[in-house]
Amino acid sequence: MSMQTSTTGTPAGIEMRYVLSHAEFELDVDLEVPMHGITGVFGESGAGKTSLLRCIAGLDQPSFGRLVVNGKVWQDTASRRSLPVHRREIGYVFQEPRLFSHLTVHRNLDYGRRRAQRRGVNVDFDQVVALLGLDGLLLRMPDALSGGEAQRVSIARALLCEPRFVLMDEPLAALDTARKAEILPFLDRLHAELSVPIIYVSHNIGEISALCDQLLVMQRGRVIADGDLQSVLMRTDLPTLAGEEAGSVVIAKVGSYDAEYDLSCVRFSGGELFVSGRHEPGTELRVRVRANDVSLCRVRPSSTTILNILPAVVEAIHPDSDATVLVRLSLGSDRLTARITRRSSTELNLQVGDELFAQIKSVAVRNVLQFETALPQ
Amino acid sequence: MGPLLLSIQLATITTLVLLVIATPVAWWLARTSSRWKPAIQATVALPIVLPPTVIGFYLLIVLGPYGTIGRWWVEVTGSALTFSFTGLVIASCIYSLPFAVQPLQVAFQSLGRRNVEAARTLGASPLDAFFSVAAPLSAHGFLNAIVLSFAHTLGEFGVVLMVGGNIPGETRVISIAIYDHVESLDYATAHQMSALLLIFAFVVLLSMFVINRRLLKR
Repeated sequence: MSMQTSTTGTPAGIEMRYVLSHAEFELDVDLEVPMHGITGVFGESGAGKTSLLRCIAGLDQPSFGRLVVNGKVWQDTASRRSLPVHRREIGYVFQEPRLFSHLTVHRNLDYGRRRAQRRGVNVDFDQVVALLGLDGLLLRMPDALSGGEAQRVSIARALLCEPRFVLMDEPLAALDTARKAEILPFLDRLHAELSVPIIYVSHNIGEISALCDQLLVMQRGRVIADGDLQSVLMRTDLPTLAGEEAGSVVIAKVGSYDAEYDLSCVRFSGGELFVSGRHEPGTELRVRVRANDVSLCRVRPSSTTILNILPAVVEAIHPDSDATVLVRLSLGSDRLTARITRRSSTELNLQVGDELFAQIKSVAVRNVLQFETALPQ
Repeated sequence: MGPLLLSIQLATITTLVLLVIATPVAWWLARTSSRWKPAIQATVALPIVLPPTVIGFYLLIVLGPYGTIGRWWVEVTGSALTFSFTGLVIASCIYSLPFAVQPLQVAFQSLGRRNVEAARTLGASPLDAFFSVAAPLSAHGFLNAIVLSFAHTLGEFGVVLMVGGNIPGETRVISIAIYDHVESLDYATAHQMSALLLIFAFVVLLSMFVINRRLLKR
């Protein structure tokens, strides 16, 4: 079709503007997603995350919409143009695997591959099969797969149709914690080894922190924050991010490993942290610190069960609940969030610019192969 | 044997024609939220409720040489639709339509949109997605539709009598032939034909249930 040739906008990115209204729901977004890395879309259920993905894929028709991918117009309702679903060069991973039960795993994987006359990212069959650990499963029927295996097949199937980018709609939400832990490393490897951009929808901030490079936060059909992961996570003013799971992510480098206590020492701009388990010295780790696990003191505590005590400067104090406040701290060039009681804040007479010590109770660590909660006290 | 073969021929052709007509109708009914859906659904289901003589009567009028369709048919082909095999096929299709549409509609409804959506995102056009994913996953619905429309057409009597009459080799299907033999008190032939139809119908239904069980097990 001729619309493929019309060119506008930035060349490497996904530009979208959507307005969609149902009886009880309204979607109104205008944003640009970069064509690299994993972009997280975070929000509570009903925030419009799935609707947004379905519009991008062409599965839902917005009342007003414009979608430009790498400078090519895929949809423009103003001029009544819209590529049909099967001509949009995307991969879609649904919440449930949606494998075709009459076809073997191998033929499921071939389904999109055979139909892909796409010039997206070149994807090698054997590489994807190896990456997602599907070698022994190819001849099975979908009914004979576990939930985790089936979702891995569906991720591989989406990648093998050589999409320009992949849309993932809560791909782990239907799985239990053990299955999640089984798939996360595979997603992580995809991230590391394939250059396919991914838009990853989730209402689980842990998953988002583990995987994403950029982050969009949605609330009631609108985008309320947008930027790189670390800085968006620091936005303590966002109600959706300030919940139980509020926290921050720092990138750290493994320094040494102490076999006697099974602890690794990692370094980041704010100092050194101990994390449990063995991590290869020299590798980069993504360390997630929950606001609930950070406490503050004026003087460096001398005897405590907490290993990680670092000097920090108060950058901002945000009201949280009636009983608590969120404190944004800067440590070197990194930032952490702490949740403390309002009473402690008053008693410590906490002010912006104060220099004090942050005690970090536990951190979650992810390297290329794992994401685990580490360091019990 | 003639009337039985004619019945089988009629049922086979009717079933094939019905598959082509009923599939899109059932697909539309299974997925639409149009306000016309109840009206279309009621129309399709009418032959289940109406006595065959009523359907036959209306068809006789519409297909007859002075009816809207019948007159046009005479102009185009030079022969009448009523009391012909072609007329019987048309009448049977209408008479058996709900028996093809309903099993398919049920199968398409239980299939839902999920698999087809997945196929579309994997690069399949709507038609491609239907034939490669929706149809194979609805195989038991197709089997039920085939057997029910075949069996229903085989057992039809009232409509044939109204529209087709009793012309040997053309419209004298087995149910008419049996009725004829009983009327003329030729019970021996009526026995033979009835037994033949009974065995045939049993074998067809039995094989359907066996195949269906295998499909469900798969």
